[in-house]
Amino acid sequence: MPDLLQLTHIRKTFPGVIALDDVSFSIRAGEIHTLLGENGAGKSTLMNVLTGFYAPDSGGLQLDGQPVRFASPRDSLALGIGMVHQHFMLVPAHSVLENIMIALQGVPLLFSRRQQRARIEQTIEEFGLDLDLNAPVWKLSIGAQQWIELIKLLLRDCRLLILDEPTAVLTPQEAAKLFQVLLRLKQQGKCIIFISHKMREVMEISDRVTILKKGRSVTTLEKGEFDQKKLAGLMIGGDRIPEWQKSLPFSEEIVLEIENLSVRNDRGLADLDNFSLRLQKGEILGIAGNGQKALAEALTGLTRVESGRVLAAGEDITRSCARSSYIAGIAHIPEDRKAIGIVPDLSLDENLILKNFRAKCFRNGVFQSRSAIRDNAEEKIGQFAIKAGPPGSPVRLLSGGNIQKVIIARELSEQPAVLVALYPTRGLDIGSAEYVHKVIADGASNGMSTILISEDLDELYKICDRIAVIFRGRLIGYADPTSSSRAEIGLMMSGEVSA
Amino acid sequence: MSLAFRVEKRDQGSALFRSLTIIASVLVALFVAGFLLLAAGVNPAAAYLEILREALGSTYGISETLVKATPLIITGLAVSVAFRMQIWNIGAEGQIYMGACGATGVALFSGLEAPLMLPAMFAAAFLAGGLWASVAGLLRARWQVNEVIVTLLMNYIAILLADYLIYGPWKNPDGYNFPLTAQFVDAARLSEYFNTRLHSGFFLALFCALAVYLLMERTIWGYQIKAIGSNPAAARYAGMKTGLAIFLVLALSGAIAGIAGFSEVAGLQHRLQHGLSPGYGYTAIIIAWLARRSALGVIIVSLLMGVLLVGGDSLQLSWQLPVAFAYAFQGLILFFLLAGDFFINFRLRRVKEDADA
Ligand SMILES: Nc1ncnc2c1ncn2[C@@H]1O[C@H](COP(=O)(O)OP(=O)(O)OP(=O)(O)O)[C@@H](O)[C@H]1O
Ligand SMILES: [Mg+2]
Repeated sequence: MPDLLQLTHIRKTFPGVIALDDVSFSIRAGEIHTLLGENGAGKSTLMNVLTGFYAPDSGGLQLDGQPVRFASPRDSLALGIGMVHQHFMLVPAHSVLENIMIALQGVPLLFSRRQQRARIEQTIEEFGLDLDLNAPVWKLSIGAQQWIELIKLLLRDCRLLILDEPTAVLTPQEAAKLFQVLLRLKQQGKCIIFISHKMREVMEISDRVTILKKGRSVTTLEKGEFDQKKLAGLMIGGDRIPEWQKSLPFSEEIVLEIENLSVRNDRGLADLDNFSLRLQKGEILGIAGNGQKALAEALTGLTRVESGRVLAAGEDITRSCARSSYIAGIAHIPEDRKAIGIVPDLSLDENLILKNFRAKCFRNGVFQSRSAIRDNAEEKIGQFAIKAGPPGSPVRLLSGGNIQKVIIARELSEQPAVLVALYPTRGLDIGSAEYVHKVIADGASNGMSTILISEDLDELYKICDRIAVIFRGRLIGYADPTSSSRAEIGLMMSGEVSA
Repeated sequence: MSLAFRVEKRDQGSALFRSLTIIASVLVALFVAGFLLLAAGVNPAAAYLEILREALGSTYGISETLVKATPLIITGLAVSVAFRMQIWNIGAEGQIYMGACGATGVALFSGLEAPLMLPAMFAAAFLAGGLWASVAGLLRARWQVNEVIVTLLMNYIAILLADYLIYGPWKNPDGYNFPLTAQFVDAARLSEYFNTRLHSGFFLALFCALAVYLLMERTIWGYQIKAIGSNPAAARYAGMKTGLAIFLVLALSGAIAGIAGFSEVAGLQHRLQHGLSPGYGYTAIIIAWLARRSALGVIIVSLLMGVLLVGGDSLQLSWQLPVAFAYAFQGLILFFLLAGDFFINFRLRRVKEDADA
């Protein structure tokens, strides 16, 4: 029996960039096939070629042994190939049901609304999803929004499902749930192409792994032939993973103190409730549990504080004018990169100076100093191994992980006193994630204090000096990564134990 | 088998592809307009040759083309500056009138002498256009009032205001009651060249293009305008004051359009009169759109428009075609240019109904 889908010698170039050089691989019926590769290796581009979003320059696709050409994602969808993109295309004001119905075109909507609803409900039940069809999409978590995208594909009876970094935005619990669903789909004989940078997940779920490096398919390995180390080695090839050491014990000096802070979200619920925290100089403080995001936004001035105080070096900055200038000294790696992290139409160079474009070194009077801006970009591109396109091209064309690196490089460039990082390594390949950890650790030895917010307990364990655990917006207690076990932290996060 | 088409977004076209599309759309437009000409009993080929000869075939023709292009370049730049920030200034027409009123006021009543007169007129036009547009800027920045509506409606006010002045207080007392102001003194006129109507306003327009290029591409202000235009949330997060920027950009856009008013009265008409601009401010919107982001593009498209305006007028004279015909002709060309612009960004693909299930 021929493989379900076969790609042979695919090549795709963009002006000035070879995104895919020569990629061949195949998908068998009923397997979960993982694509692994560094940021900018060409994974997303390959999936876009596969679904007909881009036409390849050369090379071909075979479905069930027959050559096919997709002119658009609609063609591939018609043949049962569907993709969940990293950026969902949902209408926030519409209900879940309406969003699903919009996607099911070609169905006589007026007559079968009730029937459709029954079918959707059946799918939700079958996979044990927790989704309220009447809820407006804007109220849902990102994880729940992903379910909507998945259900759309299931209702269209896709045989091949493509998931581009689905777990990057999920909590560990949500990811576990997704894996259950994927395994079930596999049992039903569906194929899944899965993309992730998290080795633990790759090991857990893949039947086969294909490794992509610099636009070329390096090899495909069967389950049993690979372990984390081997995969990492193949993926990184000759590149070196940066090494770093955790800093010495930090000083007693308190740089930031939060007293009884309360923040409500736009749904009127309390995200932070009487929350208190102390950050010491040179400390890396991890935050785990719900309410992390509200904390970061309150600290960086993106959210209104309802009550409570924030003290910097003993001075109340909650509402004073000093706040804005102080906030300027806090580097912030925001959660929603595309929305507030980058200016998509400006170039990489211009995005790297977004926060300090007024700095003397980047201008002569009112004129921008192009050479200084270019030099700065070259320095950052080297340091963070950013895979940049041709100079001057808009930053939105970079791969997801490389956009992330641009933001981190910018935020860390001014030696801030305090860094508030939300999921800083989300979407980064292992080498880049390690480099970001190194930068944070090196910063700590130079006195920078970091509030690190992450869903990834591994990450918190690895780099943090202390981990503050939040439950329902309140501080439950601090855990010491060297002595507390994961289980203890897990219990604290679910509110069952307080330290 | 039935035929159906669907629209698909295509990859960013190259510069060459863009230019070819523009040329192709002009050709298609000429082809279609040819039928109109045929219907009117005119040989299209002869008519087109005539247009080219009129607009480019003599010193006089070229000078007329440049004269027409002058206000288009300046207002095109005005609109495109606001475009870069995703602000739609539909009010360039009114701002031209306000600029012209400002310049005329100074010319008629200041009594200044030669070296000071023109700069003072320029400054008055700049301020008048800028202040006029800043009303829309203030409303938009402070209360989120849509600038499209405000700038558009203020056009009518500006044009009627100019009419009020020339029918009323500023009417030339020796003008036999025509709705005109008195002629400007020599000190209030831009110099002319080659014995034609070509005046320094054209060079002023080129200078404006250079200034706008430098502002947008080289300064930290231009940087902020582009950043806010591309992603206001990120710009705000990076500490830029978006409200203030919106206000200033609209004011600047209006001020530049005001310069066009100055150039028209000081360079060409030498007085304020009814119908000062035959819709340059509206054509400027199309020019800015076609030229996208580049100041050089504005110059090129404006020159093309200049050829059409001059050549189109000549059709009236040579073949006694009605004036409406010239307008229809120009409208057709614009229509196809915009349609061509659509095909730069999208492509049509034939769908075979029986192929996909
Ligand atoms: N539309 C485009 N125009 C120009 N270059 C592009 C375009 N799309 C992708 N690229 C380039 O192609 C390369 C591969 O990008 P791709 O998004 O496929 O990487 P990726 O493997 O998905 O990386 P990541 O893990 O960071 O998501 C990158 O260098 C990117 O800049
Ligand atoms: Mg990607």
